[in-house]
Amino acid sequence: MKPITILKAAAFAAALIPAAALAYRFYSFYFNEDFNALTANPGDYITDQTGTWALTMLVISLCVTPLRRLTKWNELIKIRRMLGLFAFFYATLHMLTWLVFIHFFDLKFMVEDVAERPYITVGMATFLILLTLAVTSNRFSVRKLGRRWQKLHRLVYVAAIGAVIHFWWLVKADTTEPQRWALAVAALLGFRVWWAWKSKPAPARAPRPV
Amino acid sequence: MLIRKASDVRSSEITPKSVYLRRREFLQASAVALAAAGCSAFPGLEAQTRVKLKGPIKKSSFSTTEKVNLYEHVTGYNNFYEFGTGKDEPKVNARNFKTTPWTLEVEGHVAKPATYQLEDFIKPFALEERIYRMRCVEAWSMVIPWVGIPLKDVIDRVQPTGKAQFVEFVTLHDVGRMPMQRTDALDWPYLEGLRLDEARHPLALLAVGIYDEVLPPQNGAPIRLVVPWKYGFKGGKSIVKMRFVDRQPRNTWQVMQASEYGFYANVNPQVDHPRWSQARERRLPDLLATTRTQMFNGYTDQVASLYSGMDLRKNY
Repeated sequence: MKPITILKAAAFAAALIPAAALAYRFYSFYFNEDFNALTANPGDYITDQTGTWALTMLVISLCVTPLRRLTKWNELIKIRRMLGLFAFFYATLHMLTWLVFIHFFDLKFMVEDVAERPYITVGMATFLILLTLAVTSNRFSVRKLGRRWQKLHRLVYVAAIGAVIHFWWLVKADTTEPQRWALAVAALLGFRVWWAWKSKPAPARAPRPV
Repeated sequence: MLIRKASDVRSSEITPKSVYLRRREFLQASAVALAAAGCSAFPGLEAQTRVKLKGPIKKSSFSTTEKVNLYEHVTGYNNFYEFGTGKDEPKVNARNFKTTPWTLEVEGHVAKPATYQLEDFIKPFALEERIYRMRCVEAWSMVIPWVGIPLKDVIDRVQPTGKAQFVEFVTLHDVGRMPMQRTDALDWPYLEGLRLDEARHPLALLAVGIYDEVLPPQNGAPIRLVVPWKYGFKGGKSIVKMRFVDRQPRNTWQVMQASEYGFYANVNPQVDHPRWSQARERRLPDLLATTRTQMFNGYTDQVASLYSGMDLRKNY
């Protein structure tokens, strides 16, 4: 088996661990009377965990390109889509906890929440970006959209920034954690800027008459 | 996990009624604990000893009959920033918090300013159980069986003078004992205050226990304020001073973020927190946050008259 195939399988399994752990805790709490498994506030715990993992997966997926450039292991590109889809997977769970646990499908409250609370507005916008990217992540879309595909998928940078802002605005007092994520995202986006600047071709010169 | 359960063995010797009613859960936990007891490999990590309160504890007609929350949840999910900003941190970080000896000062506009040893401060009063709803400003709530002394009784004894309009509660500021006070997570010490008529309301309580036991550190040992019609943050923990003053005192969360947290902080489903709705709450450990929040946390009949004529949107 090729190394990239092994890496992809391992990454797939690893990315499922948080979801599996959460499912196990859910089972322990509700079916095995371990009342510490999800804390006193299971809804909040699940929201926090899925949100954290959505952001984590998003940041990991943003690491692929810098790693590929630095190691010149180009095949790494083959795990990028999968990682991005995992970010979308956890973001979907995260959004669903809001939809079900907090609002229980109450449209009026949801609209109010999105309209009036900036961190929810940003969170929802971020989710919609990830949704768009997930829907257009298949080969068909890549072919169909051609050059526009890459442009569209650059929106992932906006999503990463949105996710950090969403986190930052919701904490009550201690912003240590969102600060760390902001730093990580800034570094990953900064790398891209630096790389583009570095590899910009020298300005084309007007052809001289020979 | 096993180590935490070990404390439940001791709890079964105490058996407050609320626990007794859930004895199946505890029997199961005890079985695990018995298995763990044989190999107590981490003595340093053992949970704090649970101590039953001495003396008779009066029941109160102010107590709710709603289902009381689990001891593990009341003592394992705390906002007590002095010991960490995570809800699970105070239980761990306050494990070795010493509360004896403890002195409590009463000062300001009172006939009898004095400094008390905590035991002497409490001694003249009868302990009462008050099972109250506690509504956190973060839109969750619990039902907690507090044990304490009515604040009113204390105030009557220290005799505020005519100048006293408010009571300020100053809590412990001791960087050596409260690790987070090294940081600027909050403006230390944590301060709270009540208008004198609010403080004299029979519902206001100075709690020294929960579940008929001595108050654990993470819940605000050895003595804390409980004002059930207000958001939980009004309940200052580990109080060292009560100051009777003529001006509205500062309270910490208002100092931190005045647009989000006011002085009154009465539970009010009509006045949203800027970042979330206060119309509903999550009654822990429910998954759904669909319990309707009640005006004054359901204590309207008792306390509404304190605020007649006041604009509660402005005085949030």
